[in-house]
Amino acid sequence: MKQYAYYPGCSLESLGKSYHLSAMEVSKALGVELKEIEDWNCCGATAYFPVDEFLAYTLTARNLAKAEKTGLDFVAPCSACYKNAFFTNKYIQHDADLADHINYALEVDDLHVSGTSRVRHLIDIFINDVGLEEIKTKVTNPLKDLRVAPYYGCQILRPRKEHEDVENPQYFENLLSTLGAEPVNYSSKARCCGGSLIITNRKAALDMVRILLQDAVNHDADVIATTCPMCNVNLEVYQAQVNREFGTQYAIPVMYFTQLMGLSFGIVPGHLGIGKQQVSSESMLAIAQNTK
Amino acid sequence: MVDELAFNYEITNLMYASHGQPITNCLQCGTCSGTCPAVEFMDHTPRQIIGMIRADLKEEVLASNTYWTCASCFHCTVRCPADIDVADMMYALKRYSMWKGQFQAGLIGPDFSEAFVKMIVNSGRSFEPLLAATYLPRYSARDIVQEGLMATGLVLSGKMPLLPKKIKGLKKFQQMVRRIIPIGEQS
Repeated sequence: MKQYAYYPGCSLESLGKSYHLSAMEVSKALGVELKEIEDWNCCGATAYFPVDEFLAYTLTARNLAKAEKTGLDFVAPCSACYKNAFFTNKYIQHDADLADHINYALEVDDLHVSGTSRVRHLIDIFINDVGLEEIKTKVTNPLKDLRVAPYYGCQILRPRKEHEDVENPQYFENLLSTLGAEPVNYSSKARCCGGSLIITNRKAALDMVRILLQDAVNHDADVIATTCPMCNVNLEVYQAQVNREFGTQYAIPVMYFTQLMGLSFGIVPGHLGIGKQQVSSESMLAIAQNTK
Repeated sequence: MVDELAFNYEITNLMYASHGQPITNCLQCGTCSGTCPAVEFMDHTPRQIIGMIRADLKEEVLASNTYWTCASCFHCTVRCPADIDVADMMYALKRYSMWKGQFQAGLIGPDFSEAFVKMIVNSGRSFEPLLAATYLPRYSARDIVQEGLMATGLVLSGKMPLLPKKIKGLKKFQQMVRRIIPIGEQS
């Protein structure tokens, strides 16, 4: 069984609960054990950095230090947590002075960080550690005829982590094809959803969400799939506000990639947190479960 | 007497030193502005802001909403031909304006960031309903009603918890934070 130090992040305890549920179900089916990091703290999202960069790195380092003790790879399902952990870890590896300062603070919590963990996103371990071949063997209910718009968003891709394609990645499409779905080719797949502007500049964020929804609809997508709880909330929970603001009538379901994986594995929708969304998922389920 | 540091060096110094090039390397090509998904909501485009910093227009930069309108999508950063981490520069400008206590009136970003950090220092984790108090009063009556309806729907569907979670090792966590930034009294 593959084991990982799992960092759920704050969103997965509240608005992103269905992401957590479906990640656990899918992991179990794939023989992956996500061992939650003990007493983890918030990664800082995008809100610490305007106040103090060093504080932001230190708070993330506390979680990394706890993961290091286990010797397992650090896995985050949220793109913002992933980005913060990835770069904090990288800077700790390359900047001894920064590492010293951080360790001086961590010392009071009997922790030490040296940057030895590998920081991964959840989708990365499914695709690259489990592998598409293995995933395919678990697909008992291929998502035939389901047109899925893969929405990468920003921080899973950018800033560039290693040598990946940040302009036109394909791994999400490949995963969806493996599940039997039809990935939609649309140009907004890595365009920003507005992130925390949904709070701090509502008007701008709603417009950014509208552009994404319209692009997915223009390409006849039945559902948008996300890899991040922030993107999911903006596209799903705020869809009704977009409709009110712009007089549109979007009603496109938004699912986490783990929920679609679970459906294709034949897991009951309720166990994947499907049915609790603000936008009805009935139309999508009818196609996904071949009952249409 | 020491000469005052030029504005563009102040900002460069506020960017994390181990990556990216200084903003003095900017070619003014406008790739950042053309890439930015939020540019139409900014007072000045990212290219203009860099030009303004280099022209030492400190007051004008501090009065601009540009960096508070950055969503941190890092598209400008990966495309900049001069290898400037433009999104990180936006963070540097946010920090600069917070430290100076100078920003455009009516912006929610500065208060939100401060409230967010306070919340984390107090509990270790983020909890959306607590944050609402910092921004809801700035919303219009119509927006507040919409937000209330949405929150009720989320609570009813089990998506939004009613009580915040605190981490167990909070005391040591707070001592750790105090080693970085002194907040309140040492306990």
